[in-house]
Amino acid sequence: MSRSSLGFQRAALALLLVAACVLPFVISNYRVFQFTLVLVYAIALLGLNMLTGYNGQISLGHGAFYAIGAYAAAILMDRFGVPYWATLPVAGALCLVAGFLFGLPALRFEGLYLSLATFALGVALPQILKYKGIEHWTGGAQGIVINKPDPPPWLPVSQDQWLYFVTLAVTLLMFWLGWNLLRGRIGRAMVAIRDQPIAAQAMGVNTSMVKAMTFGVSAMYTGVAGALGAIAIQFVAPDSFTIFLSIGLVVGIVVGGLASISGALWGALFIQFIPNVADQISKAAPWAIYGLFLIVFMYVMPTGVAGFIRIAVARWRRGRSQAHPSKETPQ
Amino acid sequence: MRSNPTRRTTLVAAASLALPFSSAWAQKKYGPGASDTEIKLGQTMPYSGPASAYGTIGKLHQAYFRMINENGGINGRKVTLISLDDGYSPPKAVEQVRKLVEQDEVLALFQTLGTPSNSAIHKYVNAKKVPHLFLATGATKWADPKHFPWTIGFNLSYQSEGQIYAKYLMKNHPKAKVAILYQNDDYGKDLLKGVEDGLGSTGAKMVVAKASYEVTDPTVDSQILTLQGSGADTFINITTPKFAAQAIRKAWDSGWKPLHLVNNVGASVGSVLTPVGLDKCVGLLTVQYYKDPNDPQWKDDPAMLEWRGFMGKYYREGDPKDASNLYAYITAQTMVHVLKACGNDLTRANVMHQATNIKNLKLPLLLPGMAMNTSPDDYFLIEQAQLARFTGVLWQGQGELISTTG
Amino acid sequence: MNTDLLIHQVFSGLASGSIYASVALALVMIYQATHLVNFAQGELAMFSTYIAWSLLQTGMPYWAAFFATVAVAFALGVLIERIIVRPVENAPILSVVIVFIGLLVITNSLAGWIFSYTIKPFPSPFPEQPLFGNRYVSSHELGSTAITLVELALLFVFFRFTPLGLAMRAAAQNPMSSRLVGIRVGWMLALGWGLAGALGAIAGIMVAPTVFLEPNMMSGILLYAFAAALLGGIDSPGGAVLGGFIVGVLENLVGSLLGTELKLTVALVLIVGVLVVRPSGLFGKVHVTRV
Repeated sequence: MSRSSLGFQRAALALLLVAACVLPFVISNYRVFQFTLVLVYAIALLGLNMLTGYNGQISLGHGAFYAIGAYAAAILMDRFGVPYWATLPVAGALCLVAGFLFGLPALRFEGLYLSLATFALGVALPQILKYKGIEHWTGGAQGIVINKPDPPPWLPVSQDQWLYFVTLAVTLLMFWLGWNLLRGRIGRAMVAIRDQPIAAQAMGVNTSMVKAMTFGVSAMYTGVAGALGAIAIQFVAPDSFTIFLSIGLVVGIVVGGLASISGALWGALFIQFIPNVADQISKAAPWAIYGLFLIVFMYVMPTGVAGFIRIAVARWRRGRSQAHPSKETPQ
Repeated sequence: MRSNPTRRTTLVAAASLALPFSSAWAQKKYGPGASDTEIKLGQTMPYSGPASAYGTIGKLHQAYFRMINENGGINGRKVTLISLDDGYSPPKAVEQVRKLVEQDEVLALFQTLGTPSNSAIHKYVNAKKVPHLFLATGATKWADPKHFPWTIGFNLSYQSEGQIYAKYLMKNHPKAKVAILYQNDDYGKDLLKGVEDGLGSTGAKMVVAKASYEVTDPTVDSQILTLQGSGADTFINITTPKFAAQAIRKAWDSGWKPLHLVNNVGASVGSVLTPVGLDKCVGLLTVQYYKDPNDPQWKDDPAMLEWRGFMGKYYREGDPKDASNLYAYITAQTMVHVLKACGNDLTRANVMHQATNIKNLKLPLLLPGMAMNTSPDDYFLIEQAQLARFTGVLWQGQGELISTTG
Repeated sequence: MNTDLLIHQVFSGLASGSIYASVALALVMIYQATHLVNFAQGELAMFSTYIAWSLLQTGMPYWAAFFATVAVAFALGVLIERIIVRPVENAPILSVVIVFIGLLVITNSLAGWIFSYTIKPFPSPFPEQPLFGNRYVSSHELGSTAITLVELALLFVFFRFTPLGLAMRAAAQNPMSSRLVGIRVGWMLALGWGLAGALGAIAGIMVAPTVFLEPNMMSGILLYAFAAALLGGIDSPGGAVLGGFIVGVLENLVGSLLGTELKLTVALVLIVGVLVVRPSGLFGKVHVTRV
């Protein structure tokens, strides 16, 4: 990558960060709440993207890990009085193990069959959450109500703004960890397994271990997102985690852009705001409009928003280098 | 031409002197969402998702308020109902209600639909002190003035309904062997609790089989077979319309003819019994608290004719066979009654005050003799119902109006 | 549980199994032609059933409406492939899946908007009296199972013994070589979609009398049909049908023996369990890749 484009990227990132910090002070609390959800979805989508985009394992049931994280946070906060920030690592650890344990037998499955197995997980989970046997912990069909955390007394921000900043901090941490992971050896191994599994194995990559670990890590990300989401919404119930959540997450990574970190953010913006836009356009058949959005997006940007931007930037750069052939260093 | 300032000033002075002497009723107090010209209400409805069948309730509300506005509004003010889709998803409901309260600043929430969605916003609206009126769900927990003073339900509570069935059986068929089919969610379990509480420890041994189903199940045929196989001679059917129809039909097809009690939600002549085949429904029992639009006995009832006129003029695309459309009409009438009673004091506190002090409101589409009452200690709006038996043509009321204790 | 109830449950399972089998057949059909699983299949089938219902409302006799709907569904399938799926032909698989999800959501929403959500009864062409007065299976259940088996036989003959069937199989397996021998690959795909649409319409028409016609009629069925198709092996039509029956009986037995609160979970766990042991399904081709 040429030095000018790296500098450009760094500047863009810094600008984005500044904008993100200023945002909660210029918009209403309700909008802050919405953007907190965008960040939550971004973490979840990064997790799913690791598994599906980078590692090629299709999961149609990641909503299940989101739910496990959410319930972990809710049960810890409501039944055990654990402070909200302590629930995040627990939710993450729990989902890491759960994801890994699910990933092991999943090694046997090829693409389509894996999607069935994960789809089954996504469909079965609401029923499991309603089960009488664990009703005492989960609140059964009624769910659990939790309290939103208060900002520390010395900080003059509202509850919504405080939660936004906490979520932003977690998002930055998770994205930074993810970026390092995907850039390094393991990330390359993941992509190698996706594209050329046999060659990767021949090169000494422990495919089984990497695939199962990827499942675990991706579940961990989604679980942490679920915990944050539960705290933001202040409520968990089986109906919050139906198969539509899992499908929504898949929509998010594809529309945002597979195998891209920025794609997680684009996808999160899409799944948070487009249903509202569709609702505004048509009261009679809002989901028909949403479906139309999906199809049009795929026609115009089959590689997602991130892919579209990549192609557009490449075209622009090519145009520039053709106009000024001496200035650009060869790629 | 120069106007005469002295004359104008005198007129203005005279007018301003007159104002304080008009009656106190003209004193206007406005909370958020209310003004001289407008009253803003808000709601969330499942226009998409698994419960989209109930979306027609929101659409009827829009039509009703359009009718009210065309006829002068309420005390001269137009009613605007902002209705948002929550897809029957609690997180979406939270988001939409926050928008209604914080961005649209509505005066009150009206007929937010669905137990899970309302559970999610319950604490929030009470903390924000927003009137949370006439919820479109029968969960018993909405009548809790001590802990949630800003929330008041509408429907006959599910537990009350379940208790009515239990008490009926204990009184008339104490030796019955009872099988129960219920939807595995908040609504189904609430009704089941009502039945089991009503039976108590003495009646508990009457229940020989229970089976549940998920809304995602294609059919309930297997469950019906299991219940039939238990040897039960009485069947309590706690299902929503599609599954109620499947259950009634499968029981018929299997040759099982129990004493069949079907819950109010699954008893509509238009949405359930007609698709099954009316001849297969003779002898069904249910509990009712409003008139069924498909019931021939109300054919010339003036209130029913008025409703049909409304449907034809303002809500042409609505299905006149769908009992939800009649239910929605009654709720809208109740809301208008409350808003009218507020007069010019359109603060949230007064709206709540009026809603919790409804005295003897006899809306003509409720069953004859029924009246709605609320008080600061008793938030149960509807506390009466009547057992009814299906004759093959209509639901015939049996016996007196039963009063539930809530 | 006594034997009588057990037999009843098994037959009831076979009856719902035949429903899953017919939808699974449509899924396998599309997969064989395009190597994609069309998640919108159920909704398209439901929409076709509404078309049949509308025709019946105009007074058309049953079998005329039946064949008219199948023809319309076939045409609709072809149109959808040519107009909606073709633009994303070369896109990554998941992008196509998103298009299918969009299609699913649009169809469901349109059906609800046009036909409302009130359930509608749908007639069955088979007599009400059970065959030989037996207590276990109704004539409709027998009849629809028979129709599914006839479909299976016709498909088998079509793919094995007709040139068109051979061309379709070739187009799906090796589009490049097929083009070289003169096969119009694009139209083969469209044909596959058309056939799947027709199969779906028949499935919907056979299902609606039992479950009542409404926009969400197929959503519960699609999950089990998907499971059935994969259980039998996604490239085996016969496997799909057998898978459907197995899933139906399994679901019923689990529900009646173990209680209904975890029926869905246990059924799915069992299906996935089978796939762990036989990852390509019971009758699927095991793909051996040479390095």
